[in-house]
Amino acid sequence: MRADLEIIQEWIKPGSRLLDLGCGDGELLRYLSEQRKVTGYGLEIDPEKINACIDNGVNVIEQNLDTGLSNFGDNTFDSVLMTQALQAVHYPDQVLEEMLRIGREAILTFPNFAHWRCRLYLGTKGRMPVSEFMPYTWYNTPNIHFCTFKDFEALCRERSIRILDRLVVDQTHRSGVLSGLWPNLLGEIAIYRVTR
Amino acid sequence: MSTFPADSVGLVTPQRLSFNEPLKLACGKSLEQFELVYETYGQLNASRSNALLICHALSGHHHAAGFHSADERKPGWWDACIGPGKAIDTNRFFVVSLNNLGGCHGSTGPSSINPATGKAYGASFPVLTVEDWVHSQALLADQLGIDAWAAVVGGSLGGMQALQWAISYPARIRHCLAIATAPKLSAQNIAFNEVARQAIITDPDFHNGDYAAFGVIPKRGLMLARMVGHITYLSDDSMGEKFGRELRTDVLNYDFTSVEFQVESYLRYQGQEFSERFDANTYLLMTKALDYFDPAGAHGGNLAKALEGIQARCMVMSFTTDWRFSPARSRELVDALLAARKQVSYLEIEAAQGHDAFLLPIPRYVQALQAYMNRIEVDA
Repeated sequence: MRADLEIIQEWIKPGSRLLDLGCGDGELLRYLSEQRKVTGYGLEIDPEKINACIDNGVNVIEQNLDTGLSNFGDNTFDSVLMTQALQAVHYPDQVLEEMLRIGREAILTFPNFAHWRCRLYLGTKGRMPVSEFMPYTWYNTPNIHFCTFKDFEALCRERSIRILDRLVVDQTHRSGVLSGLWPNLLGEIAIYRVTR
Repeated sequence: MSTFPADSVGLVTPQRLSFNEPLKLACGKSLEQFELVYETYGQLNASRSNALLICHALSGHHHAAGFHSADERKPGWWDACIGPGKAIDTNRFFVVSLNNLGGCHGSTGPSSINPATGKAYGASFPVLTVEDWVHSQALLADQLGIDAWAAVVGGSLGGMQALQWAISYPARIRHCLAIATAPKLSAQNIAFNEVARQAIITDPDFHNGDYAAFGVIPKRGLMLARMVGHITYLSDDSMGEKFGRELRTDVLNYDFTSVEFQVESYLRYQGQEFSERFDANTYLLMTKALDYFDPAGAHGGNLAKALEGIQARCMVMSFTTDWRFSPARSRELVDALLAARKQVSYLEIEAAQGHDAFLLPIPRYVQALQAYMNRIEVDA
């Protein structure tokens, strides 16, 4: 299983109701439903990934996150999850608000644009970073709202959103001592658990 | 003798079952006895866990797959999806497809003889609802020894039946596949149906539905009804692509009788052909059943409430250019299933063909259907 999913599944209580925004192939939902009796749905727009969800036997709804989540009622889920998709939606702040309207808590992972490699790339080359980890050029990237850990935490403060857990990891999803000391500089991916 | 394709169910023979217990109908009347014509493909397994019901749409019937004879021109209406190795794999499933009650392809309907009078039912045949159909299908399942369907599958009006199955008999259906359908018709949908019905009813040969007694059929009305229906089953794009404004001849005739545009010719042909093979009273019945379908109605319009008892896993699919039952209508159903906390998946398939898309071998659609069907557990 993808390492960030490995970490997230520890935070999901057995038997809880989960909504996974941008659920990919549904691997996490499948695992959680089989191992932890979690019930829920994944939202996805990529036809191939949707088919993979069906193969995985998970409930998948074809729905674009940018058209909103108003079809989900208030507090109808225990957790609303979004891994590696916050940077790809049109209004990340609104999605975050919606996640906390629908669910008791929200779990998010996203790449950190303030990681030292990004800073170095931009600082020395003067161009938008392209790496194995962020393999897109600026004009064809699905990522339209990159942010840094500091930015995200500032947004949470502004909106009175409480951060319950934060894990900062490198691209292989290991958390080192140094990234714990200077997360905004040394962390590549953040995993946040937030609530109202 | 010609051979059939390897992925065809091959030669099939319709079967017939008689039911001699009165069937109480939603309209208050009863049918004292009736017959249903159906076809089956594949084998029922020992535990009877692999039975699958296919429900037909407005003008459909029991012949869903395979061929009735070696020289039959076209196979059953959903042959693209039913057969060995196909999306609905007859190596795994025992597939049952019937002609609904009130139909005109063998099941008891308005053109059948009423045993009480010795004459065709004609206008006296009772109005049926989707619930009535599902009830009669449950009786068919009983006769076939099927306690629960692995899945009930249908498109359009067939999708409504699949949904009604999940509502009426929650313990007898494990998967519900509702394709290109809606939880109820819109005013616009009903309006189209009313135009179709008026075309039939106002045909001078209709004789208040007892045309059989006069030895005629309301052909013109039926033709018009089909023409208007047919327009709504296609998308503007697919019609444009097929016909554009292409003319049949080089010159304009400046009259109203000649067939000038290709699309006129096509519609007339479709209408003409349909009027020769379909019964007018059945068309009235089927469109009324569509209009009446509204499971939320009994719950003050609260669809989620109507779906509360469902136990089946649901799969809802819509097509982007379907304007008769647009994706938004399918999403109403999906949202209500979500609100009722039911197991549901939803796909919005990119397709140019309009409502008819659900009958066509569109790769993403067929793949998704196959993937879903493969996940359905049946005993070996």
